[in-house]
Amino acid sequence: MEGLVFDIAHLLAGSLVLVSFMMLYQDRLYALLNVFAFHAVVLSLSVAWQAYIQDAPHLYVTALIALIFKAIIIPLSLHRIIARLGIHREIETVVGVVPTMLAGMGLVALSLVVMLRATAEADPLAREDLAFALSVLLLGLLMMVTRRNAVSQVVGFMSLENGLILAAAGAKGMPLVVEISVAFSVLIAFIVIGIFLFRIRERFDTVDVQTLDRFRGEKR
Amino acid sequence: MSDIHALLLCVAALLATGPLAVALNRWPGATRLCYGATLLLTIAAAAIAAGRLFGDAATPLTITLPLGLPWLGALFRLDALSAFFLLVINLGAAAASLYGLGYGRHEHTPHRVLPFFPAFLAGMNLVTMADDAFCFLLSWEFMSLASWVLVMAHHRVDDNARAGYVYIVMASFGTMALLLAFGLLAGPEGGYAFAAMREATHAPWLAALVLILVLLGAGSKAGLAPLHAWLPLAHPAAPSHVSALMSGVMTKVAIYGFIRITFDLLGTPAWWWGVVVLIIGGVTAVLGVLYALMQNDLKRILAYSTIENIGFIFVGLGLALAFAANNMAGAAALALTAALFHVFNHTLFKSLLFFGAGAVLTATGERDMEKLGGLIHRMPMTALFVLVGCVAISALPPFNGFVSEWLTLQAILLSLGLPQWGLKIAVPAIGGLLALAATLAAACFVRLYGITFLGRPRTAIAAEARDVDLWSRAAMGILALLCLLAGILPGFVIDGLAPVTQYMVGARMPAQASVPWLSIVPIAESRSSYNGILVFIFITFSSLLAVAVIHRLASRAVRRAPAWDCGFPDASPALQYTAGSFGQPLRRVFGTMMFRAREEVEMPPPGDTSPARLQVSLRDVIWDTLYAPLANLVLFLAGHLNRLQFLTIRRYLGLVFFSLVSLLVVLALWS
Repeated sequence: MEGLVFDIAHLLAGSLVLVSFMMLYQDRLYALLNVFAFHAVVLSLSVAWQAYIQDAPHLYVTALIALIFKAIIIPLSLHRIIARLGIHREIETVVGVVPTMLAGMGLVALSLVVMLRATAEADPLAREDLAFALSVLLLGLLMMVTRRNAVSQVVGFMSLENGLILAAAGAKGMPLVVEISVAFSVLIAFIVIGIFLFRIRERFDTVDVQTLDRFRGEKR
Repeated sequence: MSDIHALLLCVAALLATGPLAVALNRWPGATRLCYGATLLLTIAAAAIAAGRLFGDAATPLTITLPLGLPWLGALFRLDALSAFFLLVINLGAAAASLYGLGYGRHEHTPHRVLPFFPAFLAGMNLVTMADDAFCFLLSWEFMSLASWVLVMAHHRVDDNARAGYVYIVMASFGTMALLLAFGLLAGPEGGYAFAAMREATHAPWLAALVLILVLLGAGSKAGLAPLHAWLPLAHPAAPSHVSALMSGVMTKVAIYGFIRITFDLLGTPAWWWGVVVLIIGGVTAVLGVLYALMQNDLKRILAYSTIENIGFIFVGLGLALAFAANNMAGAAALALTAALFHVFNHTLFKSLLFFGAGAVLTATGERDMEKLGGLIHRMPMTALFVLVGCVAISALPPFNGFVSEWLTLQAILLSLGLPQWGLKIAVPAIGGLLALAATLAAACFVRLYGITFLGRPRTAIAAEARDVDLWSRAAMGILALLCLLAGILPGFVIDGLAPVTQYMVGARMPAQASVPWLSIVPIAESRSSYNGILVFIFITFSSLLAVAVIHRLASRAVRRAPAWDCGFPDASPALQYTAGSFGQPLRRVFGTMMFRAREEVEMPPPGDTSPARLQVSLRDVIWDTLYAPLANLVLFLAGHLNRLQFLTIRRYLGLVFFSLVSLLVVLALWS
């Protein structure tokens, strides 16, 4: 039983990293949103499994929040935003797919090396979880860096936050209040960013952040 | 109520005087009220400290207030060392307050000075009573900031803003060094109370590091070369009574910090500490006075002379460290007494001289000596008191400066008993430097006094000067009297210092009060002794006799006016000896190397009737080689890092990302 518990937790956390990789190479916005929704579903499954094995009912609430907000509400509203902005046909990558994937692999290796070494005495399950969480976090950051479109940067930010929740769920004894407040802060960040997207769009007729730079008079 | 309660009450009252001055901003009597309050409070504090020093100094008083660090509280302590420095500080502060009663009336913007003056005094008092690192650093920084505000009181005057800037940069640097020193002393357990630091044993390398940090921290505040650069800029920029406080008193607080840490908290010294302190002190003494000789600005000369005196004091402290490291407690007590005596003296005569400079400034509006002259006829009282200050600071008997410098040299003579060859060679060399510095100081003050007060007025404004008000003259008179008293009765001062040396180096100088005829005998009757009263009587008698003889013989003799008059009396006052011409020989001897002094004579071509001109250019080598490259480096880096303010969003994200990844890589490679 012990082995199975560990394996399933490992599987779910590993899939989260895998889905992060999938997000890295989506160059169409709708497809990116779909993968992001899938990312959130995997996260909520992983958190729910943690709730089961840690026997911590409040983690079910976390899983539910993740499912409702991140897998349903946010992707749907981003869908609507993209439709209203009319940018669903835009294709973008600043850095090519291959270098991005290679960099992502390097980051995963780095986080494994750092985390496994830093937590040598910890519970093996928590160790793996933390290593995967750091990978997801770094991949989200990588995505924010390599994208140019504001919507995909928002998605990158949300997936980064998924990594944080994974880490929080893995650490035993995380109070519910913290998770709820994190969830709300993400929601508020989402609302603020959404409003800003429209404002930017109104002013500049695009959500390509490069245009903003040009407007500030920066030389490229 | 014990003494420490009373002292803390005085400090609290001083702190309350500042806001009171703000509240009474528009009331015309605010100046008088504020300085009157600080005068009474500082006299009270000085009396308490003196009572403690001459009474029961051996048992320290402590008190813990529920302020500061939550788990520690604010610890205060009154022992012999703090009592002595409290006495010095409050004596100087009381004189400055008395002077301020008169001088403050000429202040155009009193609301820029009045609220901060008592705060500055309170800060200095608190530093000497603090008994934990947090309290100490907080009071230290409070003192620095209050004095910085006072330096910036006349911020629209040329160069004052720059002086304030250099000052605050150096003050922050010094506090940082002290912060690191205390961090090292507290150790990993965080024993920030001084009691814990005293108990702990410090590894030799750690103690050496702390010594260097303290030299940087306290030394930059005191004005040790090469960290003195701010001092001659900032001290003259403040109003004169504040200049007196900064030069005469605040530098002493820095010395207190040095003594407290090296002698009290750091444990047994190593012998080479003495060498380091001695060399820095000797170089500082000579450099300070050489700089002073090149200046024409009254207050700036006094500020550079402060650097020289600080060097003298540090030589005494270095000797005390060297003797203490070799278990020569008696000699260490002599050296420490000499240093502390000089601390006391310097507070007296430097405050007096700054008051005199302030009086000249009030009377003429000039600080440049080349525009003064002949003031002894217009301001006789001020001239007399400044003369006393000049004689005292030039270390001439029968005034106090002679006694402390004589004691320092006596301690140097004892250095032959030291076992280390490094010290045996270094100490006499330092003694030579001190002798040079003392002589040059005398030349410097002959120049200052002669050009400013003697001769004939060089400008109309100097010719119309009037002596200053009664308060200012009273402050100068009292200090001059104290200089004389400490000079002719040095035994009482030395006995007063006995508990301090007993506490710091575990020995005291032989009791002087019981020596017949009020002589002082530092080591033994057979080696050397000095009797201030005898010298005083002799000097008074012989000079009176000389005056009588000259008047008898010269005044009534037939005088004939010379035909050619040597070209002097009726020509322009510009033909007199000037400050520049007085300094020229010394500039040629020392300045060519030290200041890269260059003289150029511009001769008009033949047939041209325009005057020839002599151009002298001086450069500050320390500023050019140490400060300017550092400032340029900072400007260069700042100029290039400025681009970081204007990155695109993605580059900011990238910056965060790459710094995070590189930190993680470091972590991965490290473990």
